[in-house]
Order: sequence, then structure tokens, then C-alpha cells
Amino acid sequence: MIKVNGISKSFKVAKRSTGVGHALKGLFHREYTTVEALRDISFSIEPGEIVGYIGPNGAGKSTTIKVMSGILVPDRGSCSIMGYTPWMERVPYVKNIGVVFGQRSQLWWDVPVMDSFQLLRDIYKVPEPEYRANLTLLIETLDLNEIVNTPVRQLSLGQRMRCEIAASLLHSPQILFLDEPTIGLDAVSKIAVRHFIQTINQEKGVTVILTTHDMNDIEALAKRIILIGKGSLLYDGNLQALRSRFGTRKTITADYRETDIPLDIPGVSVLSWSTERAVLSVDTEQVMISDVLTQLSRQVELLDVTIDTQPIEDIIVQLYKEYQIS
Amino acid sequence: MKLYFQYLVILFKSQVQYRTSFWLLTLGQFFIPFSIFAGLYFLFERFGQIKDWNFYEVALCFAVIHMAFAISECFARGFDAFSSLVVAGDFDRLLVRPRSTVVQVLGSKFEFTRFGRLVQSIIVLVFAVSNLPIEWTVLKGVALFLMIASGVFIFTGIYMLAATLCFWTIQGLEVANIFTDGGREMAQYPLNIYHKWVSRFFTFVIPFGCVNYFPLLYILGKTSANSDLYVLTPLAGFIFILPCLLVWQFGVRRYRSTGS
Amino acid sequence: MKMYISVFKLRLYNGLQYRSAALAGIATQFFWGFIIIMVFEAFYSQLANTPPISLTQLITYIWLQQSFLAFIMLWFRDNELFQLITTGNIAYELCRPSEIYGFWYAKLLAQRLASAMLRSLPILIVAFFLPQPYRLSLPPDPSTLLLFSITLILGLFVLVSISMLIYISVFVTMSPVGSLLMFGVIGEFFAGMVIPIPLMPVWLQHIANLLPFHLAADFPFRVYSGHIPKEEALTGIITQFIWLAALVGLGSFAMRRALRRVVVQGG
Repeated sequence: MIKVNGISKSFKVAKRSTGVGHALKGLFHREYTTVEALRDISFSIEPGEIVGYIGPNGAGKSTTIKVMSGILVPDRGSCSIMGYTPWMERVPYVKNIGVVFGQRSQLWWDVPVMDSFQLLRDIYKVPEPEYRANLTLLIETLDLNEIVNTPVRQLSLGQRMRCEIAASLLHSPQILFLDEPTIGLDAVSKIAVRHFIQTINQEKGVTVILTTHDMNDIEALAKRIILIGKGSLLYDGNLQALRSRFGTRKTITADYRETDIPLDIPGVSVLSWSTERAVLSVDTEQVMISDVLTQLSRQVELLDVTIDTQPIEDIIVQLYKEYQIS
Repeated sequence: MKLYFQYLVILFKSQVQYRTSFWLLTLGQFFIPFSIFAGLYFLFERFGQIKDWNFYEVALCFAVIHMAFAISECFARGFDAFSSLVVAGDFDRLLVRPRSTVVQVLGSKFEFTRFGRLVQSIIVLVFAVSNLPIEWTVLKGVALFLMIASGVFIFTGIYMLAATLCFWTIQGLEVANIFTDGGREMAQYPLNIYHKWVSRFFTFVIPFGCVNYFPLLYILGKTSANSDLYVLTPLAGFIFILPCLLVWQFGVRRYRSTGS
Repeated sequence: MKMYISVFKLRLYNGLQYRSAALAGIATQFFWGFIIIMVFEAFYSQLANTPPISLTQLITYIWLQQSFLAFIMLWFRDNELFQLITTGNIAYELCRPSEIYGFWYAKLLAQRLASAMLRSLPILIVAFFLPQPYRLSLPPDPSTLLLFSITLILGLFVLVSISMLIYISVFVTMSPVGSLLMFGVIGEFFAGMVIPIPLMPVWLQHIANLLPFHLAADFPFRVYSGHIPKEEALTGIITQFIWLAALVGLGSFAMRRALRRVVVQGG
């Protein structure tokens, strides 16, 4: 469905410096630096996949999305999406995709949401029956009934984002690009948005590519992640595999009857210790959890034990560190 | 075309949401050119005429150019205000929609308050025409209509060129005012009152002369006999927009390769 | 004073950053100047009786208008101040240890000065070297130049105190559109921006002279070209002082009233 092959893109950026002297100099001469936004990026995505596209700020996520949605022309490389080259056949191609830029609105600010929907119907030339059917489905699953007749400026951020997503699905696209769809949303709205993405993926088979900084989005939605940093592709694969590769540390929190003898378990680092509670970090590749528990119960009188997997956030931070991109 | 109309409706709904400011601005658009027209009147009161043109003849010229300006500011405002679209990054949004960029940019903004200016110029037009001893013929009516339409095309073309400039820099756009506001100011008077270099520039490069001079001569019967060809001169304005469209397409291509 | 200088520096620096904007502005003003001069040239070419102002004086008048545009335009606005008022954030301003009227006055003054610095000098210099008859002529003698400088600066003060009234009116109307419009259209017409005041019909000149708007633009420019004799210029300066005192008095009184309301309403 999507085949990206060796895409590269660089930008020229004007150097700006402070100080009146530099400003005066800038009147006559300006220096440029070249930033390589994308270096030789390749991947392919099958129909029906949900792919999380992650990386720190400025890694090249947005540039990739812009190339794939036909906005930008890359310097080198090829890209074939549903048989189209996005930047060559813009108009026929973009009929098949939906794009949500989380930080910008595609709805008309001062009029009811419904008016925006109708205008989008005309922009995309959606046949009336198809439009009706899509609208009914979207209103129902996104719970928009109460808000479609409200002007956009009166909506909360979460309500607006639901409408944004609905707006980009009115023409039944087969691919949906979501650029930070949950940015700035409260917890309830985030869950609603995630749930909806899952629904349309499963029921309508829409392929979803989403960029985000919220790892909970990734965990809830994407089985596969693509990680880029400084314009290069660093990791492409299963989220589970990533977890077993990097997420080998577990945290054990133990409560026990008061004692002032410090714990001493080989292969375990103590994150915190008090006379009643200790938090331990265990690398499961070196020590078995069961061994640690055995040791623990020998040294103290255990009251309660919890074992936590390392949060995905930490894994990503670790990844960034490993590739020295943060 | 249907789509353009849809854009019109939705943006009209938006603008009337802010009723007070909408009416105030419309009123302002009525009074600003009114004060300029008053100035014109006072000048003629003192000087009588300007190079063989009397007050009513110049008033007709004034009305035509202001009408063209008002219409283009209302309906081609999207190009006039294009820099804000680029700065906000909303041009990307237009590129992921399956329609031509020209229609979408045109549809991105309308300035309905310019109706104030339009009404003012219609009043001046009626005032001028009723005071001029013109023997109206169908051809003269056509000429008048073409003058206005041609003016709209020229202003729109200039907006388009200025908008294209936004792909390179959003500074210095003020220079486009020379040709829009400046062109309007200049074209209030018939072209032949100016020096040769001005009138040549505004005939052959930006064809305002084909709006406010040649057809005006025809309507006022100031041409030598057998001059029906003058009726067609406004077509130059329609031709003017073609290179502007090409430049625009070139700008969009450049935007898509630099993404700046 | 220090704050005033830093606003001035910031503006100047900002202006320098936008080099093409400044160049474009200058080009635009030149074009305008030429167009207006050519129109008057055409009008003057067929004149039977002596005009109330000579073409040379008129050309000088127009170049001065173009170069000191930042000193005379009423629509030259500071959206930050408008927002401060309409959003109610004015409450924060009240916490500052300076009187608001003076503070805003200084800010607006600094902005206009900085913009004029960037635009007027280049325009003036080029206009001095234009071929005749378009050249900006020098004032007849040094004392005229001195009088011009005094009247120009006083005129700027008068103008800023008028524009302060626009800002204060926003406390009541909550939208700058109406006041800007009214002051913009009427003020500019009676400042001689549409047609120079000496070319207006006599009855209209009387009205213009009764209003303060001509003091910022028309009056200093005519002093420069010698169209207004020196004795008259001196009385004009007294008029400027009177208007300035009246406008500042009215402004600070209205401002205190408006602020009291803000405080009572709790911003």
C-alpha cells in the first residue's frame, strides 16, 4: 500500500543572530545553513496497519508526513502510495487520504461544524449517499450529535479534535495521517480519540500513520513503530520486540515489617530504601525475578510486593540515548 | 464555480457573526473613498479642469476604478491576504485537498465590508453618468462593463503576483501596494495627465490604461471616427492574468520543493 | 526615560530586521509622491490665476508628507495596547510603578520616532537629489529650519495626544474599529492628507484651522517651505502648546475615569 524508498530532503535555513551589528550586516548579506531533514528513509506499510511514527522534535516526522501527503517534493528517492507518487499526481492522489494536523484546524472557525462538513463534502465531491452514510457513522461513533451545530470557536479542544478527525474521514479515505492528534487533550478526550482510531481501523480497514509524543497513544494503538532521529530511520518494527530488547528492567516495590538492616541482593540496584519499604530495579537478563523474591523473603518479613514493567516512555528515552539523538 | 460559491456562503456567515464591527467596517469602506472623492471635487472647484478633462469625466474614471478595486478586494481577498495563510502554515492544508490551489486560495477569504466602497463608487458612477452628455449605445454599455471587469482582473493579477512573492519572503510585500493602492490612486485620473514613462508602464506592463483611458475616450466620444476597436482594449486586462497564473503555479512548485 | 529608550531601541532594531519591508515602504512612498505631484503638475499646467501655494512649495509639502508619514498617520496603531484593554489584562499594567498615561504616551511616541527614523531619512535624502522640478527644496533660511523642527516635534506631541484619545475610547467601546475609523477619516482629511489645506475652499480651510489635526502635518510643512511667514509660525507654536495642554489634560482625565471603572469592575 505504501512504499517509501530512499527519501532524502534538505532545507536551506537563513542564519539569524542577535545584536544590532549583525542585523545591520544582515541588510547586505545573509548566511545560510543546510539542514538535512530526511536522509535515505525507506519503509513500507501494508493495508490496515496502524503505524506509530515517533522521534524527538525536529527529527523529521512532519517532513515525512508532508512528503507522503503530497505537500513536499523530496530531493531524492521514490514513494508509491496506492500506485500514486504523491507529489506528482497531487489532485487524484489526495482524494484517497485524510490528514489531521493536530495543531491546526481545518474547520471554519466561526460557523457551526456542520457547515464545515458540508463544504468539505463539496471540496472532495463526495456523492450524497456516501456522505450521509459516513456522517451518520462518524456522528455516532465520535458522539458528535450535540456539538455539530455549535460554532467551532465555542468547542473545547477535545470536542474540536473529534470534529477534526471526523472532517478528514468524510470522503472515506483509505489512509489517514494523524500528526499529533492528542496534543493538548485531557485524559478523557485522549481515550475517546484513541478508541475511535481503533474503531475505524478495524471496521473500515483504514491504514493509519500517526506521529505523537505521547507513548500511551503508541501503546494503545500501534503494533508497529518507526523511530527516526536527525532525519535517519533508526528502528522499524514491533513494539513488543522493542520492549523485550530494551525493556528488560523491572521495578520491584516491597513493603515489609520494620527493620533497620539494609537489603543486600546481588545483581539488584536499590532505587530507594527505608525501614519499611524498598524500591528495587532488576535487569531480568542477569537475575531472575523469582530469585530476587526468594532473597527478599529471606531477608525481610514481606507484607506486600508489586512488580512493574518499565514504562514505554523510559524505553524511548533509552533509545534516544542509545542513538544519541536527544 | 459551485465550490467558490460555497466558500462565499460559509465566509459570509462567519463575517456577520461580528455584526458591529462588520457594519462599522462597511461604513468605513464607504467613507474612506468618499473623502478622497470630496478632495477631487474641491480640486476641480479650484482648478476647473485637468488637461481637457472635466470633473464629471474624471468622476466616471474614479467610479470605474474604485468599483473594480472594491470587487477584487472582496472576491480575491484570499490572494491579497495570502501571507497570513502561509505564515500560519495553513497552505499545507490546501495542498492535501483535491482541488486547484487557485480556487482554494480565492475561497479562503472574502472581505464583504468592501461593499461599502462598492456602493460609494456606484453612487459616483450614477452621479457622473447623469451629468455627462453621453449618447449611450449598446457598444458603449459593453465598453463600460468591460472596463470594470478588466480592472477586477488586473487587481486580482497583481494580488496573485504579490501572493507568489510570499513563497520567497513574507517581508517587503508592501511593495505590492505600489501597484494595487498606488495603481488605484493613479488610475483615478485618466492616464494621459501623467508623464510618458508612467503612462507607458501602465499601458504595456500593467494595463490600467486599457481600463481607464482608451475605453473612456470611446465612451466620451473623444476618439477620432471609426474607433469601435477601443471597446476591445479592456481585454488586455483579461490577458494580463495569464502570466500571473503561470507565475503562481511556479511559486507553488517552488514552495513544494523547499517547504519554507 | 529608560523605558522610553528601550522601546525606541526595540522598534528600531525590529525595523532593521525587516530590511526588505523598509525598502518596500520607501519605494511605495516614492511612487505615491510622484503620482500626487504629477496630478498637481497637470492641474497647475492650465492655471489662469495665481494659486494659493506655488508648485515648488506644494512639491516640498508632498515630500515632507511622505517622509514623515509615521508622524502624522492616525491609523498607525499598537494592537498590543488594544488587546490589553479589551482582554482586561490592563489590570497588570496597573501594578506597574508608573503612571499609565505617561507610560503609554512614551511608548507610542517612541514607536513613531523609530519608524520615522527608518523611513524619513532615506526619503528626504533621495528627494533632495531628485531632478527639478521634483526636487525637495531647502528651507529659505536657517531660522526657518529651526522653526520647522520645533513645529514638527510639537506637532508629533499633539498627534500622539490625539491618538491617546483613540486608545482611551476603547475602554468604552471595547473595539478599536469605530474610533480608528472616525479619527482616521476625519483626522486625515483635515490634516491635509487628501488634498493640501491651502487648496481647499476657504470655508473648509477655516474648519481645518479650528481643528488640531493640521498642527501635526500641514502646519510644520508650510513653515518649512516658507508658505507660512515666521511671525505667523510663532503664533502657530502657541496654538500648538494650547492644544497640547488641552489634549493631554483631557486624555489623562478620561484615562483616570476609565481606569477607575476598570478597578471597580475588577478588570
